Amino acid sequence: MMLDNLLAPLRHLGHSTINAIWKLGMMSRFLLAILAHSGQSLLRFQLTIREVYFAGVLSLIIIVVSGLFVGMVLGLQGYNTLSRFGSADALGALVALSLLRELGPVLAALLFASRSGSAMTAEIGLMKATEQLEAMSVMAVDPVARVVAPRFWAGVISMPILAALFNVMGIFGGYLVGVVMIGLDEGTFWSQMQNNVDLHFDVINGLIKSLFFGIAVTLIAVFEGFDATPTAAGVSSATTRTVVTSALVILALDFVLTAFMF
Amino acid sequence: MQNDSFIEFKRVSFGYGDRLILQDISLKIDRGQLVAIMGGSGSGKTTLLRLISGQIRAQEGQVLVDGRDVGRMNQRELYQHRRRMGMLFQFGALFTDLPVFDNVAFPIREHTSLSPQMVRDLVLMKLHAVGLRGTEALMPAELSGGMARRIALARAIALDPQIMLYDEPFTGLDPISLATIALLIKKLSDALGTSAVMVTHDVHKSLEIVDYVYFIAGGKIAAAGTPDEVRASDSPWVHQFIHGEADGPVHFAYPAQQSLAGSFGLEGA
Repeated sequence: MMLDNLLAPLRHLGHSTINAIWKLGMMSRFLLAILAHSGQSLLRFQLTIREVYFAGVLSLIIIVVSGLFVGMVLGLQGYNTLSRFGSADALGALVALSLLRELGPVLAALLFASRSGSAMTAEIGLMKATEQLEAMSVMAVDPVARVVAPRFWAGVISMPILAALFNVMGIFGGYLVGVVMIGLDEGTFWSQMQNNVDLHFDVINGLIKSLFFGIAVTLIAVFEGFDATPTAAGVSSATTRTVVTSALVILALDFVLTAFMF
Repeated sequence: MQNDSFIEFKRVSFGYGDRLILQDISLKIDRGQLVAIMGGSGSGKTTLLRLISGQIRAQEGQVLVDGRDVGRMNQRELYQHRRRMGMLFQFGALFTDLPVFDNVAFPIREHTSLSPQMVRDLVLMKLHAVGLRGTEALMPAELSGGMARRIALARAIALDPQIMLYDEPFTGLDPISLATIALLIKKLSDALGTSAVMVTHDVHKSLEIVDYVYFIAGGKIAAAGTPDEVRASDSPWVHQFIHGEADGPVHFAYPAQQSLAGSFGLEGA
């Protein structure tokens, strides 16, 4: 009995590890199923366009506003630090590089996961709970092709565009603070940025990052929805899992991608 | 092929894990027949429907539809089979993000390449058939329970199915909506000549409209017959079910898993 109690945490650890690996396997199979059914949803592209509207266009406000503020904060903090070393001129480069390489893709993905990822999970989970997915399948329409694949591609398409917009707004925010508010020289601000930012190395790599984040977040979101226990509590915990898992995956993936890219 | 039974269960057993839901079930449903499957909650009625639609496969025995074993169909054949089938879900299962028109048009758009004008005509015909032609622009959330069920019925018959499956079509409806749905089910079965299976525990309404009844209890067929035979049955079980008596062959109390003494650790003491 004593031994049993002592072993319980170990058993729990083993159980959750096996569960996690099992889930990873399920998710990979789910991704394959989505890819296999994508032909149809890409042929009927208006289904995907509709989802791009819900996942992408409706996220614009939060992305634009957050991007602006993050850029403004970067401008302030960057100026304070740089001016200590007498290199306030480099503010433009600092703002642009931080945003393009790291903050833009990562923050846009975190915002996307909590705004659109959670919505996708909740929607698919509720469709499952109210037998809509089952009804579809009984009508000989594959829910993976009709419901999941368009959402997946919408997420993958929207994410890099949202990250790019986040970057643009962030840089504009940095400009507002650095040039308009603090009064740095406008020409220096932009030329520093131009000299230090490489299209391929910084811009494209940043967008590739956000593409990976888009794939990861949307896959997690649609999988959690599809896998949700079809009850109110089940959908709610699936939605929470989407946001938490996405956040962790984004940050871990960011580290791996950064290590490879830069 | 001239065999009249359209849906046939041959010694079918099905269970989840160790729990056997259906045991050695054999039954036949003829072409154009409206058959009710009755039994208490959890008796395996809905499982039976899911076996016909191929959502689950029998572990033993065969489920034959038009001579073909549903359990042996691959994904493509299964989808072909389902195109000839309509199913009314317990609570309608309408797509909540689509208006009524698009809900009814859904199977038509997915499976045919008819012109928008044709789709429109078909949808309005189906809505007319269930008496709700004026509701095309409403969203499912704006419908009453009874109306939603009728719209779901219109969607289920959109492609003129050969088989109709009704999963508890009367649950949670007021008497008027219930009578309307019952009337529609009967009318549609007669008009379309479909073979229909209706899972229900509403005895009186069902006996008015169906051609044949199977009673399921404990995973087995407890009784079967035409409505008249069932009404005249002297089986105590059928009597209890039809008259809704709390105690009888089916006991009021759920058998305890563990004795009271056992839960206090006193067993064997």
